Amino acid sequence: MAERTQVQDVDRSLYDFTKSEEGYERYADGLTPEIVRSISAKKDEPEWMLQMRLDALETYQNLAMPANWGPDTSGLDMSHISTYVSPKTKQASNWEEVPEDIKDTFERLGIPQAERESLAGVGAQYDSEIVYHNMKEEMAKQGVVYTTIEDALHSEYEPLVKQYFGKLIPPRDHKFAALHYAVWSGGSFVYVPRGITVDYPLQSYFRLNAQGAGQFEHTLIICEDDTNLHFIEGCSAPKYYAANLHAGAVEIFVGNRSHMRYSTIENWSKNMFNLNTKRVTVGTDSQMEWISGSFGSHVSYLYPTSIMKGDRSSVEFTGITFAGQNQDLDTGCKVILQGADTTASVETKSISKDGGINTFRSSVVIGRKAERARASVSCSSLMLDDISRSDTIPAMDVRCGSAQVGHEATIGRISDDTILYLMSRGCSEEEARTMVVNGFANPVSKELPLEYAVEMNNLIKLEMEGAIG
Amino acid sequence: MSDTTHGALLSVRNISAGTEDKQILHHANLEVTSGETHVLMGPNGAGKSTLGHVIMGDPTYKITDGQIIFDGIDITEQAVNKRSLAGIFLSYQAPVEVPGVPLYSFLRTITQMRPELKMNARKFRQRVGEICDQLSMDQSFLTRELNVGFSGGEKKKIEMLQLLLLRPKLAILDETDSGLDVDALSVVSRGIEAYREDCDGALLMITHNTRILERLDVNHTHVMVKGRLVADGPASLIDDIDRNGFERFENAVATAAEDGE
Repeated sequence: MAERTQVQDVDRSLYDFTKSEEGYERYADGLTPEIVRSISAKKDEPEWMLQMRLDALETYQNLAMPANWGPDTSGLDMSHISTYVSPKTKQASNWEEVPEDIKDTFERLGIPQAERESLAGVGAQYDSEIVYHNMKEEMAKQGVVYTTIEDALHSEYEPLVKQYFGKLIPPRDHKFAALHYAVWSGGSFVYVPRGITVDYPLQSYFRLNAQGAGQFEHTLIICEDDTNLHFIEGCSAPKYYAANLHAGAVEIFVGNRSHMRYSTIENWSKNMFNLNTKRVTVGTDSQMEWISGSFGSHVSYLYPTSIMKGDRSSVEFTGITFAGQNQDLDTGCKVILQGADTTASVETKSISKDGGINTFRSSVVIGRKAERARASVSCSSLMLDDISRSDTIPAMDVRCGSAQVGHEATIGRISDDTILYLMSRGCSEEEARTMVVNGFANPVSKELPLEYAVEMNNLIKLEMEGAIG
Repeated sequence: MSDTTHGALLSVRNISAGTEDKQILHHANLEVTSGETHVLMGPNGAGKSTLGHVIMGDPTYKITDGQIIFDGIDITEQAVNKRSLAGIFLSYQAPVEVPGVPLYSFLRTITQMRPELKMNARKFRQRVGEICDQLSMDQSFLTRELNVGFSGGEKKKIEMLQLLLLRPKLAILDETDSGLDVDALSVVSRGIEAYREDCDGALLMITHNTRILERLDVNHTHVMVKGRLVADGPASLIDDIDRNGFERFENAVATAAEDGE
């Protein structure tokens, strides 16, 4: 077993390289009002933000750890997590200005290349701070804002931040939301003015390099009426033995007659506790799409929530999770249909191997006024061996007689006949299994931008290597 | 482990094999020379498909005795994919559906695994197009998922497509003709003929149906009963079986069994 882990360490070298933290500013482990004040002071924040942080800290300290309804989080000791680690650099808008070792990290992850080829803007966060932020000029001319929350707080958009920040995910939402608001740092602020279509995706990439640290970025996206935006979020971290924590928050406000797509490929290292909260509220006649691929982390709690307020709006959630050895991924999504003729379509896939655990939770709430609302949830699981686990826990709360809901779940294995068939055409056993798993994931990967689909296929290939014998 | 004493492409020597709890094949011997067409017949449950699967290396069956030599190499212990790359092809009675894997990219993948078939993307596309025409296959099939949602006849055509693309030295067709309508049967026959002509491949046909054999130049007819190869005759044996069935072979095996083998 030890040998296999060794092999995987080598195979995952694309993500597992680490950089020295020398010269970085790293706050003491644990959490005190002094730490919160110094984070706020360093960012030269308005008073209301400091107050919000301190209130959140109090909430965090008063809330009990969630009862044991999901994966075990006892390995997460907050007194050993540094909540703020900053590389010694200023934010750049030109890759040349980014320090060499950090630039090298993002080069290896392919971020600058992706920006040149297919993106309208890129933000790159390293540990607690954004080190790079840039957007194509023509988007800026149209009034699109893509920056950090810190910068937005020092600009004409401060009232907008104040109006929306923490409104969709309140600090009291749960213990880790409170923690997030106490120590948040980095992330993105996106504002799309009325009538604007952002032609190419915006992408934020979050890299947690420091060991035993937390990343608490906040993403705030505001799309006015008649807008169109595709936002991509990528996450990765090298492997450490000390626990790391990711407790980010994503708040998205979508107006009327708009289209928003939020894509994520998450590949945290397997010592990561990923306790992320994502939420969107949507107006009338709009479409929201979530595309989500979760590959990494030791423990994940992740349930993006869509609140469909306006009539005739739709939400689609397409997700895939891959749980291997020592991974317990509790994911899913929550949909609240409030408007009439709203629809929700949820399709998820999970792959479990080497004792990995996947739990899929879905919650569909249909409000009293959601006449003729329709929701369908479908979950399929692929088990690669007998020691792994996959559970589906659907919940439905329907308060409107004219609504329709449907749920279906299937669990499958790779049959010996399939492996025999593919091997008899020349594939090795490993190639055959990888082919089947890629095929299973195909409905999700084909929804991703090309370079992310390629990354996802590579991730599957890496996960499948050494899976035999 | 080269074996040069024989000119045979495939040599099954005294093979006994079965599942964990049941022996199916008893001391089977079979030789196929390059370019020959062999037919394997026998009543239901005789073990014909098992023999095909054992030659391919299906791990469902354990070999308890004997050897399989292919192209001068002892492959008795070889993995299925190694046998495939060495030039053995097995067409299945019920080809498996593999969701999410597009047929075209699958064909490209399995072709690229074979250095002798190296060709660029354009040449490959052209070659696949030619074979589709040969098999009267709509090219829109190529963008669909491997065998998913295809009818039985269409699946057999996809098997033929792979056969013609991969150009194996030996093709084992396990009841490829079963359950096909007249049109599909004629397409599959055309595929088999094309394989014989273009690739000069050897053929081992496992079948109940003598109709598909009418167009083929059969060199040997083998009869299997209760896991034993009991007869090796010329093409004319097919007509004999067509008229008289397998009864006399079954009786012979019964007598042999009574004599204590």
